[in-house]
Amino acid sequence: MMELIYPLSKMLKNRELSAVELCESYIKKIEAENKKLNAYTSYTFEKARKNAAFADSVLKTGKGGVLCGIPLALKDNICTQGDLTTCASRALESYRPCYSAAVWERLEGEGAVLLGKTNMDEFAMGSTGETGIYPPAKNPNDITRIAGGSSSGSAAAVSAGLSVYSLGSDTGGSVRQPAAMCGAVGLKPTYGAVSRYGLIAHASSLDTIGVIASSVRDAALVFDSISGRDLRDMTSCDVNYNTASALGKADVKNMTIGFSEQFINGAEKTVIDSVKAALSFFEKSGAEIIEIKMPDLEQLLAVYYIIACAEASSNLGRYDGIRYGHRASDCESAEELIIKSRSEGFGSEVKRRILLGTYVLSSGYYDEYYKKACAVREKLKEDFDSIFNTCNFVLTPTSPSVARPLGTEVTSPVENYLSDILTVPVNIAGLPAISLPVKGDGALPAGLQLIGKRFGESELMSAAYFFEQNCLLSLSGGEYSV
Amino acid sequence: MYKLVCGIETHIELSTKAKIFCSCKNGFSAEPNTQTCPVCTGQPGTLPVLNREAVLLAVKAGLAVNCKINSKTHLDRKNYFYPDLPKAYQISQFDEPLCRDGYITLASGKKIRIERIHIEEDAGKLIHENGYTYIDYNRCGVPLIEVVSKPDLETPEEAAEYAEKLRLIMKNAGVSDCKMQEGSMRCDVNVSVHKENEEWGTRTEIKNIGSISDIVKAVRLEMLRQEKLLESGERVVQSTMRYDSAHGRVYVTRIKENSDDYRYFPEPDTVAFEVPESVVEEIRNALPESPDERFERYTKKLALPENKVSLIYGYKNVCGFFDEAVSLGASAENTINLILSTVFAVLKTEEERERFSLKISAADFAELVKLADSKKIRINKAKEILPEMLKSGKPASEYLKEEDLTALSEDELLSLCKTAIDENPKAVDDIKCGKAKALNALLGYVMKASRGKADSSKASELILSLIKK
Repeated sequence: MMELIYPLSKMLKNRELSAVELCESYIKKIEAENKKLNAYTSYTFEKARKNAAFADSVLKTGKGGVLCGIPLALKDNICTQGDLTTCASRALESYRPCYSAAVWERLEGEGAVLLGKTNMDEFAMGSTGETGIYPPAKNPNDITRIAGGSSSGSAAAVSAGLSVYSLGSDTGGSVRQPAAMCGAVGLKPTYGAVSRYGLIAHASSLDTIGVIASSVRDAALVFDSISGRDLRDMTSCDVNYNTASALGKADVKNMTIGFSEQFINGAEKTVIDSVKAALSFFEKSGAEIIEIKMPDLEQLLAVYYIIACAEASSNLGRYDGIRYGHRASDCESAEELIIKSRSEGFGSEVKRRILLGTYVLSSGYYDEYYKKACAVREKLKEDFDSIFNTCNFVLTPTSPSVARPLGTEVTSPVENYLSDILTVPVNIAGLPAISLPVKGDGALPAGLQLIGKRFGESELMSAAYFFEQNCLLSLSGGEYSV
Repeated sequence: MYKLVCGIETHIELSTKAKIFCSCKNGFSAEPNTQTCPVCTGQPGTLPVLNREAVLLAVKAGLAVNCKINSKTHLDRKNYFYPDLPKAYQISQFDEPLCRDGYITLASGKKIRIERIHIEEDAGKLIHENGYTYIDYNRCGVPLIEVVSKPDLETPEEAAEYAEKLRLIMKNAGVSDCKMQEGSMRCDVNVSVHKENEEWGTRTEIKNIGSISDIVKAVRLEMLRQEKLLESGERVVQSTMRYDSAHGRVYVTRIKENSDDYRYFPEPDTVAFEVPESVVEEIRNALPESPDERFERYTKKLALPENKVSLIYGYKNVCGFFDEAVSLGASAENTINLILSTVFAVLKTEEERERFSLKISAADFAELVKLADSKKIRINKAKEILPEMLKSGKPASEYLKEEDLTALSEDELLSLCKTAIDENPKAVDDIKCGKAKALNALLGYVMKASRGKADSSKASELILSLIKK
């Protein structure tokens, strides 16, 4: 994987290549290869060509930022006006929003080129890419394996060169984990750094729009562009980032990295090896590695699922077939219409989580489950904040294992949930984290996760960049060659 | 035999410019679904943004009924499925309402306690027509306050008085136009009955009461229904009732054996918010004179009779006009009389009296009143030309001739009385015989001759004393 945005932007600005030409080359590649990979679930080629023409007109005047004319893909839970935005669900199978998400508005204004919408787990619920209504996205490194989830298509597209970069959503690891599975860089920003306006909600207090790219610098450039306050999202924060300019300025000798054996407990051997090698690299480069005490990770997983399912059960209430989305036929009453439309519209994983969420919010159980989970969450935030008093970053594997085969039988859904154990605490605490692709098991990459302090993306990106540029384990950030 | 326990929950639409969570216009629209946007129709991916004006108006409402303001608070989601609720949850407040522990005082001096006032969003409107049900989302997202009284009301009349008082106070404070017929104020009345010294009975909730007077009717009907049930050995089942004004009855629409589980939890899309003490104080200091304060002022300081004051004190604009006229020197008594007798005869509807937009100014009005005050013209003359002034917008001087403006002198009055006596010997004889009514003929003569300028009581006195001589 190599750095793409700057080199391409330079070529566009030097008029070595036009945005239209660049766009057409990606379109050609998608048409040739997407059927094999299922990265995209719908194309927006007409819009892409319009975007590219606009970008060229801007570039001609000598203006245009670094993202002008650069093609991207968006996860299919990010609203783009007039385009299919389905969340890989029958409930929204034919839905075309009448408005665009804040992130797309911003990018479109900068001349970005939208190639299409990417595959995902239904309503972002899942970590294998298999719970949606479309054939699942395949791992470009080995097409018999999963691309991870829930932003499976976004990661597969970048990894297979079908998009320069993509946006996904990360509620419990859904940007970082697929990035790790596919060998791309996956950035989950601090909660509130990027506007959620137009992101179809899964769990409101956990959802974060993230960036999947082929290098740290690419991720930084996109993040700088999409972050910042949006008046339409009350949870968005007044931040102004320039993380790209912080790259190369990592002060490794004064860096302290927190680690715990807990993180590699039960992980696959290749993952453990990579993590240990990464730690050793940082140590040799002058950083101090300290042992930190993390709260019970399995308890955190329970906290996550209680809160996420509770919020999701409420957020998904609106899919009743009345104003938009799938509407059941031959119904005799409003109640029947609502029940049938939802029963027909949702897949089993979504139904499972709605039931769970409804249960933990119901009277008699609210205090024991939801309220308690929220209290533990507050405690975790405090614990993490104090950890960051003693170290700059926490280092973990992104996932305990590399990509498993598609269609693997799971004896219980909880088994699936356990694979999120390393990414979920980050969402609970609202912190930024980045997954960096490292050598894994043969063709299958693994992911190294660096967690930073709240709104500490600049520091985080520069540490990630240092690793990417200097560690032989790294699979990203190579030099672009035409 | 049976005692009533009654409490009222009132939903009041706030008069903000925009809806509570989006920038759609908050106002009446004839065309359905023309004042909507992705946010208030619950499109996927949209988020609520709290309208500051709504919060400030809600604080004002709380202060107007003596509530304590909960400075630091948050919103909660109330989850349930219904076609008029696009998100399948209503953003409201559950455990930390913005205001609590207020009260309204009734005419009897009894205080009806207000438990809480919280802010929330309104739902859409279902319209049943031709066998179909249509949904209009214009009203979705309109800011509401829910005012919950404690069950302190003990008679149907008290219930109506409380609702009317609440309406007056909120209207006066500029919180809402409080029009029950238009739905900007909706009362749900809770009713239960029990025998003296026994425990309180099960309560039912009556919805769809369209006017203040209907409250009395609805409560009476429900009391009767419950009493009948209890007398026949049956029990009252907790239910939602509907008042049917056309047929004069209340009937059960839904039995609520268990309370609904709305699965309340704090709204994650909005942040907890705070109304600083300084802002609360600012709002408190800017509160207009309350209807009660105005009633006090008019009856005590201006010494106007209660029955007359009660007819205007509820109309903010009328009183504003009244106050201005009086401040310009017009007598309170003549001003209120002219308003009640003449202006209100022209402005007949509630709407017109609320608006009270006249073609003449308070200064013009005061000028007319002062002429009557100084007896330059008779009050009846004023009553005669005022309607003309209201129609044309022209001042009094347009309608009064030079001679109308000069008062009748003592000598002139005396001479007129003498002439009346001379010209009506029969009437004089009748009076001497004790027929007091005959005085009217003589008076009539004097009034006619003086073109209405004579003071009738003075003239009567003079005539009688002249006859005695």
